[in-house]
Amino acid sequence: MKLIETDLKPQFAPMFDVEDIRADFPILRLQVNGKPLVYLDNAASSQMPQPVIDRLVRYQTTEHANINRGVHYLSETATAEYEESRRKLQRFINASEDREVIFTSGTTDSINLVMHGYGRKFIGAGDEIILTTLEHHSNIVPWQMLAEEKGAKIRVVPINDAGELLVDEYEKLFNERTKFVGVLHVSNALGTINPIKSMIAFAHARGVPVLIDGAQAVPHMKVDVQDLDCDFYAFSGHKLCGPTGIGVLYGKAELLERMQPFKGGGDMILSVTFEKTTYNAIPHKFEAGTPPIAAAIGLGTAVDYLSALGLDAIAAQETELLNYATEQIGPLPGVHIIGTAAMKTAVLSFKVDGIHPHDIGTLLNQEGVAVRTGHHCVQPVMLRLKVPATTRASFAFYNTMAEVDTFIAGLRTVQKIFT
Amino acid sequence: MNTKSLYQEVILDHNKKPRNYGTLDKASHQAVGHNPLCGDHLDIALDLDGERIDRIAFHGESCAICKASASMMTAVVKGKTRTDAETLFQEFRDMAMGKLDLDSPHHLGRLTVFAGVRDLPTRVKCAILPWHTLHAALHSVTSISTESEDDPMHAAIGDA
Repeated sequence: MKLIETDLKPQFAPMFDVEDIRADFPILRLQVNGKPLVYLDNAASSQMPQPVIDRLVRYQTTEHANINRGVHYLSETATAEYEESRRKLQRFINASEDREVIFTSGTTDSINLVMHGYGRKFIGAGDEIILTTLEHHSNIVPWQMLAEEKGAKIRVVPINDAGELLVDEYEKLFNERTKFVGVLHVSNALGTINPIKSMIAFAHARGVPVLIDGAQAVPHMKVDVQDLDCDFYAFSGHKLCGPTGIGVLYGKAELLERMQPFKGGGDMILSVTFEKTTYNAIPHKFEAGTPPIAAAIGLGTAVDYLSALGLDAIAAQETELLNYATEQIGPLPGVHIIGTAAMKTAVLSFKVDGIHPHDIGTLLNQEGVAVRTGHHCVQPVMLRLKVPATTRASFAFYNTMAEVDTFIAGLRTVQKIFT
Repeated sequence: MNTKSLYQEVILDHNKKPRNYGTLDKASHQAVGHNPLCGDHLDIALDLDGERIDRIAFHGESCAICKASASMMTAVVKGKTRTDAETLFQEFRDMAMGKLDLDSPHHLGRLTVFAGVRDLPTRVKCAILPWHTLHAALHSVTSISTESEDDPMHAAIGDA
């Protein structure tokens, strides 16, 4: 087993007290099957702190009306708060303008927006789209649909046994027909952090735009879209301590302006007659219909919360959790970590000889421990690494070393039951 | 309920030493059952002697609940008529879905060790998959999936 390289270990202790943080998350006080909840399924969805819950309640009790239409107090308030949240998200990812931040329903919706808005307009027969083996199904299926519709072709960047992209192979895939690249920033199944900055630069040198699926990155590290120079960056609110049903697509303004709308309806138009419709300016061109206003405002509060803690401090705490869990799981007989990249977020995917992940998940639940089991929506990764399914523990900054101990003790119990 | 009670001796024993595990050199009926949510699959082959299940075997990749269910199913239906097997299929499915009153007369016998699965909605299909596959084989359907539209247990399990 390969431990995380020492230079990735934090050089400083977390700048916050984990017990103080946990007090902000009411759900962490829950008992499951008579045991304190140990929530290690953060890569699927993270929990919501009290300030975000309070913000949703305040919006719904004192500020709610439809946005961008009424001239009355509530509509003006809701519109102002919604747009303020957009600016919070802009600062969170360091976009240069707030109109480059489009609210969507989540990462999947964001990627579909790019497929319909950019792909269907600019990708044609014989063109090639580069994706990677690590992609979540949400960054595979839309492009397959496009490829089928247009007669385009998908090329796939392979990975090594550790779950790292083979960057040399990525570079070899480029040719004059390459029109688009889609890469995830961090693997949901394995935790691998991909070298996207250099991959983006390589694509740009050949005039190819790049979409980054950042769903698993933004909760765990500082993301600067200008520094990365990505063309599109997609992420979800509910993995970011925010509500479900809200997400973001960042896009460079000049690209968004050239794209066609994804969904048609109210709010995305300037004028409509049966002869001709004129589309609204970005970002509104891509926000047809009434958006999830409360969720968008709640997400603004969630990124305020995370920014106040500090993404560097969050990353430091989570790296300690990963290193400790990796050390503790090592001595267990017959346990194999799946995904041993040098650069990883706090995701521990593993298989246990002779025990199916679903049995592990069900029995850990009996100990109050929530983990994910299955193929994690990355069947190509599972196929490549020759595992039908894994068990995945994914950590957040509010997890503790004691919870890692409970998880490891639970695994020992599972192994004892099966001996 | 206590999940551990589902993982009792008899299920763990059948998982470790599955009965009728393997293939048949001659089979009158066979089917493969898939659970695409976890990638599990199960091959069931049987040989009918008239209306009676003369021989039956299974193999595949699956969790303990599914494998033990398949093992116990093959042990129970061997020698029974296809009508009896269909009755057991209906009763077992109803039990796993919490629709069977175990105090009323039924034919499940020791198969009731799987009753606890009704409290684990995500695991119900693991227990039922062997029975669905047997049912399909007896009706000369060669491949079934827990996610097919007509499956009463059809329900997506979210993923991320």
